This record gives sequence, C-alpha cells and structure tokens, in this order.
Amino acid sequence: MLILNILPISLQQGLAYALVALGITLAFRVLAFPDLTVDGSFPLGGAVAARLIFEGVEPTLSVAVATLAGFAAGSMTGLLNTRLKINSLLAGILMMTILYSVNLRIMGRANIQLLDRPTMFTFMENMDISRYIPVIIFFLLVTVAIKALLDIFLHTEYGLALRATGNNEDMIRSLGVNTDNATVFGLGLSNALVALSGALIAQDQGFADVGMGIGMIVAGLASIIIGEAMIKPKTVFRLTLAAVVGSFLYRFIISLGLRLGLAPTDLKMATGFMVILALGIPAFKKSREGKIHLRGI
Amino acid sequence: MSDNILALEGVTKIFNAGTLDEKRALDHIDLKVVPGDFITIIGSNGAGKSTLLNVIAGTYLPDDGRIMIAHQDVTRAPEHRRARYIARVFQNPTMGTAADMTIEENLSIAELRGKRRRLKWGVTEARRKRYSEILKVLDLGLEDRLKQPVGLLSGGQRQSMTLLMTTLTLPQLLLLDEHTAALDPRTAAKVIELTETMVTQHKLTTLMITHNMNQALRYGNRMIMLHQGRIQIDVQGDEKQQLTVREVIDKFGTTLKDETLLACGPTPS
Repeated sequence: MLILNILPISLQQGLAYALVALGITLAFRVLAFPDLTVDGSFPLGGAVAARLIFEGVEPTLSVAVATLAGFAAGSMTGLLNTRLKINSLLAGILMMTILYSVNLRIMGRANIQLLDRPTMFTFMENMDISRYIPVIIFFLLVTVAIKALLDIFLHTEYGLALRATGNNEDMIRSLGVNTDNATVFGLGLSNALVALSGALIAQDQGFADVGMGIGMIVAGLASIIIGEAMIKPKTVFRLTLAAVVGSFLYRFIISLGLRLGLAPTDLKMATGFMVILALGIPAFKKSREGKIHLRGI
Repeated sequence: MSDNILALEGVTKIFNAGTLDEKRALDHIDLKVVPGDFITIIGSNGAGKSTLLNVIAGTYLPDDGRIMIAHQDVTRAPEHRRARYIARVFQNPTMGTAADMTIEENLSIAELRGKRRRLKWGVTEARRKRYSEILKVLDLGLEDRLKQPVGLLSGGQRQSMTLLMTTLTLPQLLLLDEHTAALDPRTAAKVIELTETMVTQHKLTTLMITHNMNQALRYGNRMIMLHQGRIQIDVQGDEKQQLTVREVIDKFGTTLKDETLLACGPTPS
C-alpha cells in the first residue's frame, strides 16, 4: 500500500529530474568531465523561465530561452577549462558560484511565485482527473523524446567524435577533432538539459527558488549509480536508459525514506551517504574486480 | 619547389628551456621526404625519435625551424589541423582506439580523419559493409565482432585494427612510433608484415620508428639514425639494401648505447 502511495510522486519527480541525470551522464560519463556547474545551471533554468513567465512571456518560449541560458553556462565552464586551463572541478565550482549571483539578478529576489501565472501546466489543473496523470504523461513524453534525441545524437558522426573525446582524447585529436570545442559544446548541451529540467520543474511546482539546485549533482550521481547497477551501460541506449531508470529509483527510495520517518532536512546527507556507499563498497571489499568503473566520477 | 611531401628545415625542439634539465631533443633537423618514401628511424633512447614524429604531427610545436607538409607551412598548425595529412599509430595499443566504443564506431571515426563531422548517422549500413570487407584482410575474425567494444580485443588485435584504420582515408603521411614494441614477438611479426603489405599496396609515405635494427634495415627504402637530436645516418636505395647490422654497429657503435638496439645484432667487439 505504501509503495502504491509513493509511486505517483516518485514517477513524477523521477521523470522530471531524469533530464538532470541525462545531462550529468553526458558530462560525467560520455565526456568524462566531472562538471559541477549543474548546481547552478538547474536554478538558472528555473530562474530564467520563472522571470520570463512572470513578465508575461509565453511559457514555451520562456523554457526555450532558459535552455539556451543553460547551454551558455555549460559552455562557459568548458571555456574556463579548455582555454584558461582551469582544473575541471574548479571551473565547475566557479561557474556554480557565479551563477548563484546571476540567478538572484535574473529573478531580482530569492524566489518567484508562479501560481497565478499561466504555465505549461496550467491546462492540466482544470482536468477532471488527478493532476498526477497528465503531469506524469507530460514528463514521460519529454524525457523519452530527449533520451531518444540524445541516443541519436551520440550515434552521429559528431556524436561519435564527442564520445571519443571522453574515451580517448589523444586519439580523436590525432584524427582531426578539436577536442576543446567538443568539450565546450558537450558541456553546453549537458547544462542545457539541466536548465530545461529546472525550467519545467519550476513551473510544475509553481515557483523558482535560488536554492533549488543545491545538491543536484549528488542527487544526479546517486541516480546514475543506482541506474547503472540495474542496467549495465554497455551501449549508449542502455547508458541513457540507466540515467532515466536510476532517476526514478532514486526518487522512489527517497520518498520511501521520507514516509518511513527520514527527516526532509537529512535528505541530502542520506543521498551523500548513498553515493559514498556505492563508490566505497569496492574499497571495503578490496577486490579489483568489484571496482565500479565510472568514467568521470 | 621540389615534390617533397614533407620538409623539415632547421627544426629544433628544446624541453625545459632555461633550467638545469634543459634538453635539446631536436637540434636543427633538416629532412626532406618524397612521396612513396618508407623511412625507418632508429636511435638510442632519448635520441629524439618520438619527438621528431610528435613535432611533425603537431603534438609539440617546434621552438625553431619550419615544417612543410604537401607544400603547406604547418609549423604552427595545431595537431587536429594536420590530421587531414597525417595518420599515426602509437607504441601503446590502447592509444590508437577508443576502448569503450565498438569496432565499427572506431573505424567510422577513423574514416573521417581530418574531415568535417556532421550530424549524419555515423555507422551507416554502407560503411558497415565496407568495414566488414576490409577487416577480413586481417584474418582475425573481427568482421564478425563489429558491435563489440574495442576494449575486449587483445593488444595485437587492437594494433592491427589501428593500422587498418589509418588507411580508411589514405593519409599523405603515415607515422609509426614503435608500433610493434609492446607486442609479443609473434604478434609483432604479424603486425610488421601487415604494415609492409599496406604501405606497399597503398604506396604510403611512411616514417617508422623501430628499436629493432634488423627491422630498420629490412623494411623501407631509406633509414635514418638519430643521435642527440641530430640525424647521424641517412641512407637510402642500394646503399641501404646492402647495409648490415654489423656495419652500422661497427661504424656507429660508439654512439649506440641502447641495449635493446644492440641486442638485435651481434655484440660489438
């Protein structure tokens, strides 16, 4: 009974945040770039969309602009790393920190309420069925479409070059690919997905908050780790599927934990422990075979 | 203007300039290569062999001198811009292929060496057919494993594949950096045979570094020996064909201090 109760909320959140997991997969696993921009680009997407919608801009257009803003933020991290030779982790942290101020500037305050504004979800409120159903269907369609597009992209000539950049940078450079540009573009795409997720979630929950991105990377990593434990990422299709499934499972576990008495304030700590546990088990076992091979992590 | 495919003029590369560790890896190298040349390169450790190939490929930019490939001045051109002229195979079999990507994906990214990569499907059915045909040449059964990740292959298989990948789009210049050194003797022999076949078949202009002097003398039409960043020997044609390991060592034994190199021939008295 409990499981049935938390299923809708886990599905809704899992699918909504699956775009974040896909973005993190693209950066960490495909490009092997540990990108921490996510904690800033997620609220950036929310902030841009919320501000534009608040100002009366059409919601779909607002989401498109928010996605582009995410692309710009990710590209900046890539430029810091490739052009200025700043360490990848630091480049992400710098952008994340800068984006905190940028997001406050964009919103003009710490949060924007959207409850009285028309959003992409408004028409769902007036239906005769539980709001969960249309919302879940909406996020399912978006996530499946983005996953499919990402799968296709990663099999194109340029997509293969991008994957090779994360897999064997020296090799693909000797084959004529400007790996710096590939990294910048790949990070842009990754953060565009994250910002898209932020823009949609802000509308779904009815507000954007400057703190909505805190812990987003760790949650995303937890999703990826759980997903890849279930679905061995032998192909691109399975890699992205693992991100989506993992996102759902992570939200499910979290919801279950909350129902069983986990304090919401302890959520991020629990998630952190989850990641530490997953990455640390092989060290306890001291077995090399058990070592989780997670590129970028 | 001659018909040189590659010309180096006074190329110099200094590592750690201005420190106690300063090393002149290449010291005013002049080298002219005509199309069809198959040049073997020998020299002791630290003689500058790999640096020479790295400077030609653009991995390092020279501190002085000029590099022309196909009459284009590429002295300052970054590595990825020279890829349209140059294909490389490295010593380490893991360096030439992307382990987590499939055999056909690796072949596809190699086929597009130096070309524009578009948003078109990478491994098309037509390409897959072609790869399958080409891989049969290797006689390793790889044509039946197109969808397997390259990481599952042995070092020899990966190196053979890397070699094959260089010819999917024929390069103006093939650079081989001790590409058989990390393989066991039997596999190495196979890979070197494959190299000879491919170079002859496609008339590839080739620079091949080797630690094995027998190989250096047996293959190619020209041999150069580097020592302390300079070209010490440069023989070609009949003169090279008649040269023996003994003669090289007798003549230059004093400068050849590398044991691996000497181990391949008779010990100098």
